[in-house]
Amino acid sequence: MQQYLITALILIPVIGAVLAVAHGIVRKSNETDYRWIALLFSVLTFALSLFLLASDGGHKADGFSFVQNIEWINSIGARYHVGVDGISLWLVLLTTLLVPISVLSSWHSVEKRALAFYAFMLLLESAMIGVFVSLDLLVFYLFFEASLVPMFFLIGIWGGERRIYAATKFFIYTALGSLLMLVAIIGLYYMFGSFDYVTILNALMAGQVIDERTQFWLFLAFAVAFCIKVPLFPFHTWLPDAHTEAPTAGSVILAGVLLKMGTYGLLRFNLALFPEASRKFAPVIIVLAIIGIIYGALVAMVQPDVKRLVAYSSVSHMGFVVLGIFSFTEYGMQGALYQMLNHGVSTGALFLLVGMIYDRRHTRQISAFGGLAHSMPWFSSFFVITSLASIGLPFLNGFVGEFLIMLGTWTSDSVGRPWVATMLAGTGVIWAAVYMLWMLQRVVFGRITNPKNATLLDLSWREKGLLLPLLGLMLFMGVYPRPFLHRAEASIQAVEKRLSIQQVKSSFAGTVVK
Amino acid sequence: MLRYIIFAPLAGALINWLVGRRVRNEKFIGIVACGAVLVSTLIAFALALKSDGALHATRPILDHIWTWIQVGQFRADFGLAMDRLSGIYVLFITFVGFLIHVFATGYMHGDKGYYRFFAYLNLFMFSMLTLVLADNFLLMFVGWEGVGLCSYLLIGYYVDRKEAGDAAKKAFVANRVGDWGVVLGIMLVFYITAQAGHASISFFDKPGVTSALTTIAGLGMDSFTWGALIAGGTTSIAILLFIGATGKSAQIPLFVWLPDAMAGPTPVSALIHAATMVTAGVYMVVRCNAIFQAAPTAMAIVAVIGAATAIFAATIGLAQNDIKKVLAYSTISQLGYMFLACGVGAFVAAIFHVMTHAFFKALLFLGSGSVIHGMHDEQDMRRMGGLKKYMPVTFATMLTGWLAISGIPIFAGFFSKDEILWKTWSTHAPSMPHNFGRILWIIGAITAGLTAIYMTRLMVMTFWGSERFREVEPHSANTEHAAHDAHDGHGNEPHESPWTMTVPLVVLAILSTVGGLVGVPYALSGGAITNYFEHTLEPVIVTVAAREVNPVEQQPGAFHMLSKAPQQIDGAPPITVIDGAPSETLGEAEHSPAELRSERLFTGISILIALTGIGVGLVTFKKRPLLQMPRLLENKYYVDEIYNASIVNPINAGSREGLWKLFDVGVIDGIINGLGRGVAQIGGLVRYMQSGFVRSYAAVILFGALVVIAYFAYMFASNR
Repeated sequence: MQQYLITALILIPVIGAVLAVAHGIVRKSNETDYRWIALLFSVLTFALSLFLLASDGGHKADGFSFVQNIEWINSIGARYHVGVDGISLWLVLLTTLLVPISVLSSWHSVEKRALAFYAFMLLLESAMIGVFVSLDLLVFYLFFEASLVPMFFLIGIWGGERRIYAATKFFIYTALGSLLMLVAIIGLYYMFGSFDYVTILNALMAGQVIDERTQFWLFLAFAVAFCIKVPLFPFHTWLPDAHTEAPTAGSVILAGVLLKMGTYGLLRFNLALFPEASRKFAPVIIVLAIIGIIYGALVAMVQPDVKRLVAYSSVSHMGFVVLGIFSFTEYGMQGALYQMLNHGVSTGALFLLVGMIYDRRHTRQISAFGGLAHSMPWFSSFFVITSLASIGLPFLNGFVGEFLIMLGTWTSDSVGRPWVATMLAGTGVIWAAVYMLWMLQRVVFGRITNPKNATLLDLSWREKGLLLPLLGLMLFMGVYPRPFLHRAEASIQAVEKRLSIQQVKSSFAGTVVK
Repeated sequence: MLRYIIFAPLAGALINWLVGRRVRNEKFIGIVACGAVLVSTLIAFALALKSDGALHATRPILDHIWTWIQVGQFRADFGLAMDRLSGIYVLFITFVGFLIHVFATGYMHGDKGYYRFFAYLNLFMFSMLTLVLADNFLLMFVGWEGVGLCSYLLIGYYVDRKEAGDAAKKAFVANRVGDWGVVLGIMLVFYITAQAGHASISFFDKPGVTSALTTIAGLGMDSFTWGALIAGGTTSIAILLFIGATGKSAQIPLFVWLPDAMAGPTPVSALIHAATMVTAGVYMVVRCNAIFQAAPTAMAIVAVIGAATAIFAATIGLAQNDIKKVLAYSTISQLGYMFLACGVGAFVAAIFHVMTHAFFKALLFLGSGSVIHGMHDEQDMRRMGGLKKYMPVTFATMLTGWLAISGIPIFAGFFSKDEILWKTWSTHAPSMPHNFGRILWIIGAITAGLTAIYMTRLMVMTFWGSERFREVEPHSANTEHAAHDAHDGHGNEPHESPWTMTVPLVVLAILSTVGGLVGVPYALSGGAITNYFEHTLEPVIVTVAAREVNPVEQQPGAFHMLSKAPQQIDGAPPITVIDGAPSETLGEAEHSPAELRSERLFTGISILIALTGIGVGLVTFKKRPLLQMPRLLENKYYVDEIYNASIVNPINAGSREGLWKLFDVGVIDGIINGLGRGVAQIGGLVRYMQSGFVRSYAAVILFGALVVIAYFAYMFASNR
């Protein structure tokens, strides 16, 4: 049964979406049914995904478990090959956790075209899970692109005032990047006669070598696609617009999961398939990541719009993740993976919180708020704790990831003077305190200056209920990160080993694959 | 058992946050909060003082709770350790903390956020005790940031007041700048120990773990050059950690947050911003003395920054009119003394001063709180005067605090300050060549005089002279807490505070009087009174002499590290024997008569300075308590204004106008949108291609495919 678990995870949300549509056609019933369908199926997916954790799924030598590998399009040798390892496992769980929470967050705020909204949410979930479990490059590409479409509509239909501009910008930016990746995937197929990631990797491990120049271009094609998705400075300008205009659920998923596709792709494909090119590009990417950390934070600091502030803070946080990945050290890559999860949890929670005050006031301007601690004590407590997690307070989740990333950078040999890189990246932690606390001061603390804020209702049970799991995770992941780090250890070490083996190998000639 | 010391206040915080919020009963909340700290206090005293307790044993008491982070060689435990240094710290933190909790139950009476206040205060105790008891760098950093967070929450406790919010944010950010240094320092510790083959961030030896301090000390002395600062060696660690200390302990250049932090309730100022948290920097430096002693450049910087901060803050303290601001600058100045002591290698003296300072400064702050309370939230000393008649207990206890901080013999501050000054003069630390210590002594001595003067001014303006509080009405907006309306019924006469407030004052007054007797130097007692303090702490300090015997090679016996116990007999201070010869710094026995004579002479000079300071203060301010002080001092040398103009505002404006509006929206998005428009125009032309004929589409697809294939064919060919 184990080999069908992942396929079930991908299919259940699709079934949910189909059922919702069928329900809409047959019953023409009241719009509130759809959210129940979406909640039911996303919770079911989450519950089922926990089995990934409970069992080791029959570990294979290549580190992947719950593997299903069947023929798909025979004529081109494309296979349906899925499985998880210690890296993708956590990202799948993050996805399945955030979707029901997003569905719950839209409970009252999405009224128009509820059927389409929840159907898109479920389809999006399938695509996102698919991205993280695909072990066939073609399948990966299809899911990667498929995730764009529902998000495009989520922003374009249920977004704010400039939603069309934002959705188009988001779509074109990311689709352009992934087209380049498609070319690279075809190139790999041309060289290895297979789309299968594991097959290609095994061939490479067995001594086949992609020559330097080809590796350069293939790396670049993959990297551009992923770096736009991350987004790495200077490809980030789609993000503030998309985040600001997206509905709350869209922002949560976008920040929580979609951005991770980029960093996941870098870690999974770029590093493992093109180790020499990765080493060659590392200094450039590290410099961009550090610029992103500082730049994102500084621009976040001066934003008048809360959501835009959180969006720019994502640029800064994701810079840390990229930095960790390209440190090529176990510390850095473990930290990067952990930071991906942290960012999903705490930035997801931040977007939820911002959505909650937007639902009440229909504005996101920081200046419109102030003194919410008086009228909304629960909201304020949650907001403060989440902000503290986001700025990396020890014993909350952000610290572990950032610390490991910086430790990885310091001990890295992928750049000259790694300590300078670490010191610069470290200033990001100072800036984070500046922009988050300044925002808190203007939103939560102080006197109530606008009478509208005095009568705001505090969080409802539904709102508390969808935040509490995230808050619990922030604390748990900060205090006891071992289960997460432990489960990812072997997979991360495999990547690290791959990078170091290749370095040795490239020093003498192997069989050059064309 | 150690874990209960930290978890009791955490439990108290949780109970008050979850239950106290609903109960809203001050008695319940107060008992939970004080009870939690009392539990810590009792356990701490039992563990530290029992016959084989932490203060007597040669090995620390360890308590491993769980492994926090483990990746590769890096391992950070949630593990606690109580050795002699942390033992002393825990004793005064819990005890003074308990007294301040009791005081606060009276002081905060009637406040809306009573439960919140005590939850934060207990959370602070948890963080502070974690900081001190941590057995490794990273857990210490958890406490380090934790106290910063609690300080942030408590400074901004009066959420309605903008200046409280500003001050809280400023405190957190200034501390974050320092924390940046600490984090990097910890990484460098790990990096260096890993290079040396003993990757660890632990303070103590444990099974399978070599203490990072031992490993680094074993690397030998760093060179005494500027280059050592950035060489990535021991000196770099020391200076990075010291950056953290300047943040937490309010030294130049990061001291600016502490005066503003007085916006918090006065018990917070006493507990966090005088007695405990701000001395965390000193704790860290002393804990890492093995690192600092191997880094002469860093030691010299520590001494200079300490001395400079001491005199700088003292001069500002001369001219402040807010009673809490005077005490805040006084705290900065006294912290400067402690770092001066560290810098000249007198680590024991630094910790001694930390302890006595905790007593008398907590006393002075609580006394000022009592005054503020009795004056119905008036903080401006210009509107006080003649209060001794109305507040006799407060006056009497503040009197002891005043004598203690001024350095009058027998009182606690005298012994510790005198020891620092003497050690500064007589230092032989390698970081202090060419009698550099004597220049620092002069600065220290002037500061001592200034301290006596400004404290006398404070006493005179508050307790003596004419009663000025009737003259000025109504209250200025700048009162401690406008919402604090509990004692409207008392009328406008100043009044003595309730027992919950005066009893802690009396206890602290007693400690400020006799607390120094545990560390009477040999030169003064002639051996009649044992210098318990030095005896207890000596094993914690690595002796430089020992290092020079074995500069490179790591020899367990060469370091007086607790973890490397040279002697296994509990209860007796370990005697270090290097090649059979007794250590140079051990005990008083090796003091030469000439040295003793000059030490006594300098004690006399210290007393003279204190008396002169008090005399000058009395003569100057008794008649003219409102004497106008120099503007430059009253405006704190305009440091805040300079920082704003040179750092804060440029970054803010640059980010808004430059990075965001010009670069992000203008350049990057401009290019993207420009490209988009360009593509749209091309699309306009390309539209003619969209003829609707399937054949032409097929042709285009074929063409595209050919291009791709041609490309790969080219690649293929060119590489063959």
